[in-house]
Amino acid sequence: MAEAQHQQPKYDLGREIKSILATDCGSTTTKAILIEKVEGEYRLIVRGEAPTTVEKPFEDVTAGARNAIREAEELTGKTFLTDTGVITPRQADGSGVDIFLSTSSAGGGLQMMVAGVVKTMTAESAQRAALGAGAIVMDVISIDDGRRPHEKIQRIRHLRPDMILLSGGIDGGTVTHVAQIAELISAAEPKPRLGIGFKLPVIFAGNKQARTYMQEILGQKTDLRIVDNLRPVLEREVLGPAREEIHNLFMEHVMAQAPGYNKLMQWTPIPIMPTPGAVGLCMQTTAKTYNMHVIGVDIGGATTDIFSVVGDELEFFNRTVSANLGMSYSVSNVLLEAGVANIMRWVPFNIAEEDLRNRIRNKMIRPTTIPQTLEDLIIEQAISREALRLAFLHHKSLAVGLRGVQKQRSIGDVFEQSGSGDTLIDMMKLGMLVGSGGVLSHAPRRVQSALMMLDAFQPEGITLLAVDSIFMMPQLGVLSTVHPQASMEVFDKDCLIRLGTAIAPLGTARQGEPCVHIKMTMPDGTQVDEQVPFGKMKRFDLPEGQSVDASVGPARGFDIGHGRGRSAKITLEGGVAGIIVDSRGRQPFGLPEDPMKRIEKLIEWIRALDAYPQEAFQRIVESRQ
Amino acid sequence: MAHAYTPGLRVTEETLIEKVRRLPLLGEVLVKKGDIVKPDTVVARTELPGEPHTVNVANILGVEPEDIEHFMVKKQGDTVKPGEAIARYRAFFGLINRPAPSKVAGVIELVSLVTGQVTIREPNIPVEIDAYIRGTVKEVLPREGVIVECKGAFIQGIFGVGGERTGIIKFVAESPESVLDAADIKPEHRGLIVVGGALVTGAALKKAAEYGLAGVVAGGIIDKDLVEFLGYDIGVAITGHEDINTTLIVTEGFGKITMAHKTYDLLKELDGELVSLNGATQIRAGVMRPELIAPEHKARHAGEAAAVVSEGLVAGTPIRIIREPYFGMLADVVDLPPELQIIETEAKVRILRAKLVRTGEVVTIPRANVEIIEG
Repeated sequence: MAEAQHQQPKYDLGREIKSILATDCGSTTTKAILIEKVEGEYRLIVRGEAPTTVEKPFEDVTAGARNAIREAEELTGKTFLTDTGVITPRQADGSGVDIFLSTSSAGGGLQMMVAGVVKTMTAESAQRAALGAGAIVMDVISIDDGRRPHEKIQRIRHLRPDMILLSGGIDGGTVTHVAQIAELISAAEPKPRLGIGFKLPVIFAGNKQARTYMQEILGQKTDLRIVDNLRPVLEREVLGPAREEIHNLFMEHVMAQAPGYNKLMQWTPIPIMPTPGAVGLCMQTTAKTYNMHVIGVDIGGATTDIFSVVGDELEFFNRTVSANLGMSYSVSNVLLEAGVANIMRWVPFNIAEEDLRNRIRNKMIRPTTIPQTLEDLIIEQAISREALRLAFLHHKSLAVGLRGVQKQRSIGDVFEQSGSGDTLIDMMKLGMLVGSGGVLSHAPRRVQSALMMLDAFQPEGITLLAVDSIFMMPQLGVLSTVHPQASMEVFDKDCLIRLGTAIAPLGTARQGEPCVHIKMTMPDGTQVDEQVPFGKMKRFDLPEGQSVDASVGPARGFDIGHGRGRSAKITLEGGVAGIIVDSRGRQPFGLPEDPMKRIEKLIEWIRALDAYPQEAFQRIVESRQ
Repeated sequence: MAHAYTPGLRVTEETLIEKVRRLPLLGEVLVKKGDIVKPDTVVARTELPGEPHTVNVANILGVEPEDIEHFMVKKQGDTVKPGEAIARYRAFFGLINRPAPSKVAGVIELVSLVTGQVTIREPNIPVEIDAYIRGTVKEVLPREGVIVECKGAFIQGIFGVGGERTGIIKFVAESPESVLDAADIKPEHRGLIVVGGALVTGAALKKAAEYGLAGVVAGGIIDKDLVEFLGYDIGVAITGHEDINTTLIVTEGFGKITMAHKTYDLLKELDGELVSLNGATQIRAGVMRPELIAPEHKARHAGEAAAVVSEGLVAGTPIRIIREPYFGMLADVVDLPPELQIIETEAKVRILRAKLVRTGEVVTIPRANVEIIEG
């Protein structure tokens, strides 16, 4: 926590902040949270929620924000609103707050197209810049993307993004290739999604020698902005200036044209942030505060965002958005991308394919429904595993080292051909996995969330599992730009629910062979001295806020992060799901292919973790045999 | 807390309907406020810039990009025909004669000395939008389009594919539970909109497309039949642009699901009337459901026209259950207990109790899993 307190805020209001009101205007709901300083620390006081009102018949985002804030007013008995907006700063009579902040993903969020010269170099850097700023990347155009010029032009014409980020060439390098891309954009005469008579914003973040030509070719037809090259030399990626400009344009173009945002912008002195951009900030602060590699996931109805903060100095931040992997609007796409067999492999009973497909389609067309039967809940959680798995694969493919960079190799690297362009994600080094989004945050038993994340992400070694209790990471992210300390205190105490620690040895063996040996003294004095054989799962209760010193001894051939077969003394943190030993194997993960054996194993693991109500689960198992 | 609002699909005999008809780019509006329009009346027009084509002249002629201006036989702004040379490389007194031809007819828009590319723009593409429904121009949106208004019957479906079409309703369903099969689709249905009961089969859809039906409306469809009809699987619920001749609207969902009586009865009443329909569905920000509009249809039941705004979920409200274990069943709300209750999944949710129309059994359902049958 200490480190967070030392972080410098991006914005300084020049006054002490004791009360904070923050809203997140999502595509379906607007959430308001009230944070106050109580007895020396910042805590969440209340939250309010109301439907977002960007669409007809309201077409004014402030109506939903007002409704959400009004709920907070009712719960606290205080007044925060006047006819003109939120009262700031806090008044002598107790009304108002010291600062109001907001994030937004309503109305489709920020939709961008990016372009670069080489697909795996400048185009990939541009993609990372856009994703990190909180955008959905609709397409990536590059010279070598395999499409012919007219196909690229068609694509640019067809899509109506909010803006285009164009990169290409190192400073001082050849201008020709990036000029070719600019000419394609110019020929396509792209139009923005919002504002029928407006010019499309194009950010040029490429070779500075090409700036004059960019002005010539795009200056008339588009709203051209020029920023520093995001790849000034091959070995370095500088995404900050491009991201900054994306945020500026998001405010000027996207927000200013979305219904009611002009009013909302006047309520706050701090720019409204795209929701995923704010979550990304929150993740970065989290990793720095706890000093560990962090992966965060937000699985929504339409999209799944994954964030990672990794590296020896936690210097690599990546965000990806899988725009069509989600649990309601996009649920059919999970079926399409994963295939029926991959979804069914997580279901511990037999179900006809046609039945499963119709259920998924019906969820798509009626996205707000919830599972009423346990059978339906299990199916929904099976789908979520595949959505998460696919989104994580996507993330790993983009969270990579800079490609095209020569790497010096030592003799030791001869047998390990891990060159540039390899994923930066090392599951063994992962310290914390944070989940959010309805299916994870609202699972009836928290251990279900833990099991979904274990199956989908397959962390290795020792990993802390957590969920965001009520999805307030967006508000805490934007708050971190003003008051990092308040943001982290609330994150730690009120936002993060620790599910517990997972111990997952890397390696494989035959069923029942030794895998890991755990010795620990529980807080009540109970001695645990247990061998968990390969293929099994085991759960030890250890409440949130408590920890134990354990000796974890992997069997020969297994690794928990200290080398094969090497034991370690580790402090294990508790949580609502306790300590989970996952001896099902890693690389490969041991899910039997034979359907009957697979169902048998799934049932065994579910029972070991007490993941579902026993009676109802038994009924399903018997009726579906 | 006894009142709760769960929006449902609108099915109404007579209501005021407005349709915004907007151009993709600024253009010209061809009608004025108060004009009476038919579905095929063109209300606004614009021109999209023609397709651009690039010719890499430097590559074709084998010269440096900055030198191509010396070889251009056409300059910026010139018109070119397909096959006509836009640049030519000549050497050795004409013994080497290498032309760079244009593949299309158009105007030279750009000669780039940086990349050596020449952009040729094809003629502009005219785009027109029609009125889609029979009605009156209520408002002109200068240079953008119009709002057309009519009074008539309005039916929302839950899911559809295929775009805007107009046709006369041919009601063939024998009951809300009946199945619309291939045998029900006849050659004389060409250009019509055929209405079935609880299900349209894959074979029926195939025949409908073969005979050139304008549309098909039914309670449900089996997922794999839809995939076969389209020739591909749908990932995200954004439809309306499929390349199909027959627009499909399902009113209840996927599977064989009895059509709601209100929808069934109204569609029966519309038999023989000219209607406009659109299968476009978008279940994301700004939910769009497929629709069927019968302009000028008058309510036959007193008070029907006034029942436009739902008063929300109250005891007695007719509902449709939209999730297992009672999926597709119709019921009437019995009561709405205010306190949260634990359901089989162990989730704590707001519920209601409802009486199933078919069996009379009173069941407990999460409020999120019902839909009001709207008037």
